[in-house]
Amino acid sequence: MSERTSDRRLLYDQIRYQNRSFWRTPVAAFFTLVFPLMFLFLFNTLFDFEIAEGEVSVAQFFAPSLAVFAAASATYTNVGIRIAIARDEGILKRVRGTPLPPWIYMGGVVGSAIWIAFIGTVIMLAVGVVFYDLEIIGATLAAAVVTFAVGSACFAGLGLALAALSPTGDTAPAIANATLLPMAFISNVFLDTGDSPEWIKNVGDIFPLKHFVTPMQDAFSPFTTDAAWRWGDLAVLAAWGVVGAVVALRYFKWEPRAESAAGTTRSRRRRQRAEAL
Amino acid sequence: MSSIVVRGLHKHYDANRAVNGVDLLVEQGEVFALLGPNGAGKTTAVEILEGHRSRTAGEVEVLGHDPETGGRSFRERIGIVLQSSGIEKEFTVRELLTTYSPMFPRNLPIDRIIEVTGLSEKADARIKTLSGGQSRRVDLALGLIGDPELLFLDEPTTGFDPSARRRSWDLVSNLRSLGKTILLTTHYMDEAQNLADRLAVIVKGEIVAEGTPETIGGRAQSQSTITFRRPEGFDLSLITGAQLDGDTVTIKSGEPTAVLNTVTAWATERSMELEGLTVQQPSLEDVYLELIGDGHV
Repeated sequence: MSERTSDRRLLYDQIRYQNRSFWRTPVAAFFTLVFPLMFLFLFNTLFDFEIAEGEVSVAQFFAPSLAVFAAASATYTNVGIRIAIARDEGILKRVRGTPLPPWIYMGGVVGSAIWIAFIGTVIMLAVGVVFYDLEIIGATLAAAVVTFAVGSACFAGLGLALAALSPTGDTAPAIANATLLPMAFISNVFLDTGDSPEWIKNVGDIFPLKHFVTPMQDAFSPFTTDAAWRWGDLAVLAAWGVVGAVVALRYFKWEPRAESAAGTTRSRRRRQRAEAL
Repeated sequence: MSSIVVRGLHKHYDANRAVNGVDLLVEQGEVFALLGPNGAGKTTAVEILEGHRSRTAGEVEVLGHDPETGGRSFRERIGIVLQSSGIEKEFTVRELLTTYSPMFPRNLPIDRIIEVTGLSEKADARIKTLSGGQSRRVDLALGLIGDPELLFLDEPTTGFDPSARRRSWDLVSNLRSLGKTILLTTHYMDEAQNLADRLAVIVKGEIVAEGTPETIGGRAQSQSTITFRRPEGFDLSLITGAQLDGDTVTIKSGEPTAVLNTVTAWATERSMELEGLTVQQPSLEDVYLELIGDGHV
């Protein structure tokens, strides 16, 4: 009997394979990486003012915010859609029939998503630095990196829950957009909710995006005086990530919906009808 | 040694009894076909054996494992070709085989699999550019990548043109000669007849007949039909049950040898040749149609 390939090697293979799959799906690459850059361009053009006495550009606020938005869609939206489509197409069922441990498959999707989130974030910040006078602040850089890691992992966990709760690959993008976009508006991503009604702020506090954006904005704000470690926010993110993973474990299905118990008769009937014709 | 042992297998979806008390025994190295019309419960039964579905009741042992709980070490020893399953369309044949190969501790060389499945020319083509038959062969290639002891083939040639089917049959015969155990489902009788060492006919979740392609449904024992043109002076009363249809004598008998002996003795005594002499057994198709209550194919 030959030996098993190590789990670490299998995980690495899966991440690479999911990366390839991402780059070969131009639509996903566009919405994840280019779309947030368009916001950066628009916001910088629309709100062309300086925050403080000719020193700080608006990009100092928008670039980290949109980097978080890019990271959240690279993880939450991507993981959810990708797995839901793979399930629709029967790819998950095929994988389930191999010895590959399920956690390694999921780990591949999540690992790849976090890698792509990282690329998206770096592109956003690089464009900010080169074109919009964004300044990277050394004292808060460590906190920014850790916030990115915890936040991306959190939204990847929520992406797994999204995949588990989406009945089909068609509904996953709809659910993703209907949740992430409103969340972005009430979480200080596109605009500051400082003057908004109290309840809007309270709702924003419940959900994870604000706890991802706020520490990141702090890490890039010239007005921050400490190292920008926001442990409370990180704890909320971690908790949401765990909730996502638990929901995914509880509701996850490997088979397309049409082949579930109730669907067997339905698809059989459809086949019989096709034959009768 | 038995590769598959199934006793009293049931799978119920509410009131629908998709599998209703199936017993199966598949020996190591055997090609076993599960034959039945669409919706008979073939796929449900096989997916339970593969570990894709849970069962309502019954005992199942596949390669010594309970498929429901066998997990990784069970799946390392089987190959599955599902009736319908997805392939990542943006990948090439070789990339997919390279990705799936390390999941199994044992492997067949990728080039060899590409060759035996007839995909050499398409090895570096993306799946989305392949025809239906070609991507079905990729399914088969992925089922073989782990050098499985037991291979499940769920309707492997449905939708194939005749020459592609013939090639797949050759491939399965090759696998048999490598000592693989194969459980095949099909609704083509000729496929079962060509490939299977033994077969079972399943209808409405129950096995209605089991045997070799030669003996199933009492085919070996059932009545043969002997016909010949009536020679001059041949008396029908010579053989009980002989009937005259125009100038053709037709005899249905469970003992065709004895009947032939009588008839040919009569003819040789008179130095006659019996014109148009034929002996026919019911075809597998006749048996099958009778078993499934006819006309539901």
